[in-house]
Amino acid sequence: MGAALSNPIFMRLRHALGESAVESDGAGRPRAVPETTDGVAQVCGLAHEQGWRVRLEGRGSWMPPDAPADLALTTRGLSRIVGVAAADLVATSEAGVPLALLQRELAAAGAWLAIDPPGHPERSLGSIVATGTAGPLRHGFGPLRDHILGGTIVTGDGRVIKAGGSVVKNVAGYDLTKLQVGGFGAFGVVTQLHLRLRAAPALRLTLLARAERDVLTRQARALAEAQIAAAALELFSPQLAAATEWVLALELTGTEATVEAEAARVVSHSEVSWSRLPPEPASAFWNATARGPLAAPITLRLGVFPDGIDELIDLLHEQLQPGLLSAGPGRGMLRWSGNAAVDALRAVRRIAAEREVPLTLERAPWPVRYALGHFGAYREGVGVLVAKLRNTFDPDPTFPVALEGEHE
Amino acid sequence: MTAPLARSLAGIVGPRWVRSRPAELRTFEADGLPTHAARPRLVVLPGNRSEVTDVIGALHRAGIPWVARGAGTGLSGGALAESDSVLVVLTRLNRILSLDSARQRAVVEPGVVNARLSEAALPFGLHYAPDPSSQSACTLGGNVAENAGGPHCLKYGVTTNHVMALEVLLPDGSLVRLGSPQGESWGPDLVGLFVGSEGMFGIALEITLRLTPVPPAIRTLLADFATVRAASEAVSAIIARGIVPAALEMMDQACIRAVEASIFAAGYPTDAGAILLVELDGQAEAVAGESSEVEALLCQAGARTVRAASTPAERARLWQGRKKAFGAAGRIAPDLVVQDAVVPRSSLPDILERIAAIGRSHQLIISNVFHAGDGNLHPNISYDSRDPELSARVKLASREIMAVCVAAGGSITGEHGVGVDKLDYMPLIFDPESLRAMCAVRRVFDPAGRANPHKVVPVHYCKEWGRH
Repeated sequence: MGAALSNPIFMRLRHALGESAVESDGAGRPRAVPETTDGVAQVCGLAHEQGWRVRLEGRGSWMPPDAPADLALTTRGLSRIVGVAAADLVATSEAGVPLALLQRELAAAGAWLAIDPPGHPERSLGSIVATGTAGPLRHGFGPLRDHILGGTIVTGDGRVIKAGGSVVKNVAGYDLTKLQVGGFGAFGVVTQLHLRLRAAPALRLTLLARAERDVLTRQARALAEAQIAAAALELFSPQLAAATEWVLALELTGTEATVEAEAARVVSHSEVSWSRLPPEPASAFWNATARGPLAAPITLRLGVFPDGIDELIDLLHEQLQPGLLSAGPGRGMLRWSGNAAVDALRAVRRIAAEREVPLTLERAPWPVRYALGHFGAYREGVGVLVAKLRNTFDPDPTFPVALEGEHE
Repeated sequence: MTAPLARSLAGIVGPRWVRSRPAELRTFEADGLPTHAARPRLVVLPGNRSEVTDVIGALHRAGIPWVARGAGTGLSGGALAESDSVLVVLTRLNRILSLDSARQRAVVEPGVVNARLSEAALPFGLHYAPDPSSQSACTLGGNVAENAGGPHCLKYGVTTNHVMALEVLLPDGSLVRLGSPQGESWGPDLVGLFVGSEGMFGIALEITLRLTPVPPAIRTLLADFATVRAASEAVSAIIARGIVPAALEMMDQACIRAVEASIFAAGYPTDAGAILLVELDGQAEAVAGESSEVEALLCQAGARTVRAASTPAERARLWQGRKKAFGAAGRIAPDLVVQDAVVPRSSLPDILERIAAIGRSHQLIISNVFHAGDGNLHPNISYDSRDPELSARVKLASREIMAVCVAAGGSITGEHGVGVDKLDYMPLIFDPESLRAMCAVRRVFDPAGRANPHKVVPVHYCKEWGRH
């Protein structure tokens, strides 16, 4: 700590933010813990002026805090739920608020943010937004971007920008919020978010079916064709579901009458048998499958149509270890977590690209991110736009974010 | 000056598709909003993508600004071109390029009319969910530019929630492919950034859209209330119950009377303070259950009568007055300004009272027809634009209405875009830094600022942003 305290960056930050807003990270470097958007802007402005590189962190439970930098900046001090307007179904929250805490506050007001991203329940909103990670509820409620109405962004050089608004429908100005969702912090730090809520459903019912994978993907297709109004429909590998077989999980939400009617339709369109989970085991099942990826160092997602999931799982099995797999057989998308060498991941990305399937590296240690990039394979002309956008929001990059695999 | 340009563009699209005579240009002077008109330098109507590419390439080389236009139904002045600009009309690019029913995707050219896509998808049990009131005329390219909405966006989402991928012609004549048909992007969400950019980032030459299954059961309820406040309370009660209707629309008395006096009469009770149209869709059992719940909520909130319709013909009749409300307003006065503000749902009754008061203080006729479920107001001011004093009052009242909506935490536009009409209101909701950031993002796509110039962000905010 003594060495850290004499670090000139440490001293400058403490001078600017106050003693308590700067701590030492695990490696003895300074970590700024600002409690306001202005505080974040101050850190970024100072860093930009001094040429310091700033590693962005949330609550430290998803992306490893290992990007090389002169200092860290965590959003965990931005921990206020600014407002919940349950009647308007919108909420405003700072980016460092843990999702679980927000959900508890919302539930008390009869509202719900219909997202269930992978990772720890205490994951910060900012981390979820920056990585654009969505869980099984995307089946019924859309990708993460559909839940974000706007927010406040601090650029790499310390400017504060407002994007979007706090009403559910809004087309005033360009939609800069979209760039932040899944932008991995390359276009600034999100400090505050306006969120679109749903009324908390009267009933949530989870049904599970266990069988061979191809039986379950066929079953999922039958349910999709029958237009089963599911909130979630997700396929889990045995390892991820802690089961001996593959598991197809279905969640129905609504009033008791609508949920029961839909459950009866599920059964009538099924060749497999379903087990009903009582509320507590159901919640434990979804939490465990969400946390599953944390057992492995690398998580990636593949943007695949439902009819391509089987083939892609086979590909992953050939190229990588089986890993922990989940997939959306109704709306598409596949998530794999495991360990693999950079070359193997690169090969998978290349083969996927040949099949027109984008692969996004959601989470990995820095050397893997650095080598592969979160995105890697851009379409023609896109790389130039991304570079210019990045330069707009983070000129002379303050934030070490490996969007592209620059080092093949 | 214009003749050589006209000849050069005629060399690309053929002389028939270049308009330069004043009488021809008049058709393209407005976009349905009487408060703004501009006569373009020239109008060019390319017939296919290579002609569009060549036209934009030629304009880029000549340094001439241009404005892309669909059907011209935007109501924000967004598709108007000033006398130095060429209007590039895309309505001839009207092919549905592919329709994949299994994957529920369609690829269309920008000039395809919104309703035509749903017609084409219907045999496969699918439809395109966003349904602006102008859907029988407006184009999908225009919908992408404005991030258009519509009554059914309450449940199904607006345009941006349905655009999966785009092939974009940038203002320098180069092409980029954004997004993927699956919806997962190959990088940051540039599709999301492009949708709603009001024609200032380029032209979407190919649009990949998500189609939605046609629900097996649909039920429409019409409830009438003595007051707007009672109708607004019914809206809140339905939303709070966790029911998401496919549509939840309100019309006030002024609007009901205009509709009922017109050829679009739908049998709405003319003594009602407000009516609500509630549409529920989904599986038959769920629709039946929700509809009896909604009916009970409507009655609790003070509905005088509730009518229900399940057959397509009955539903069409209930909807007719709503869909044609803007047309019916033509009976009140020759011109109509359609505003497009959004407010938090819970503030609807107060805001509507404030709007009525603004109307009274300026002696203007304001009728309201709007998407109550998502707080997207359309206060309509009927007037005669030939009367300059009256026009000045309309302008004043519009600004006051916007200020009231913004003060309630709302937005200046929910689905029509900023265009030129709401340009002056942008600083009401965005600070200078945020406006400068928007200008900087625009420069990424269009460094020379030639695509739809002088729209969305007031030009004096676009001077400084970093070192670019």
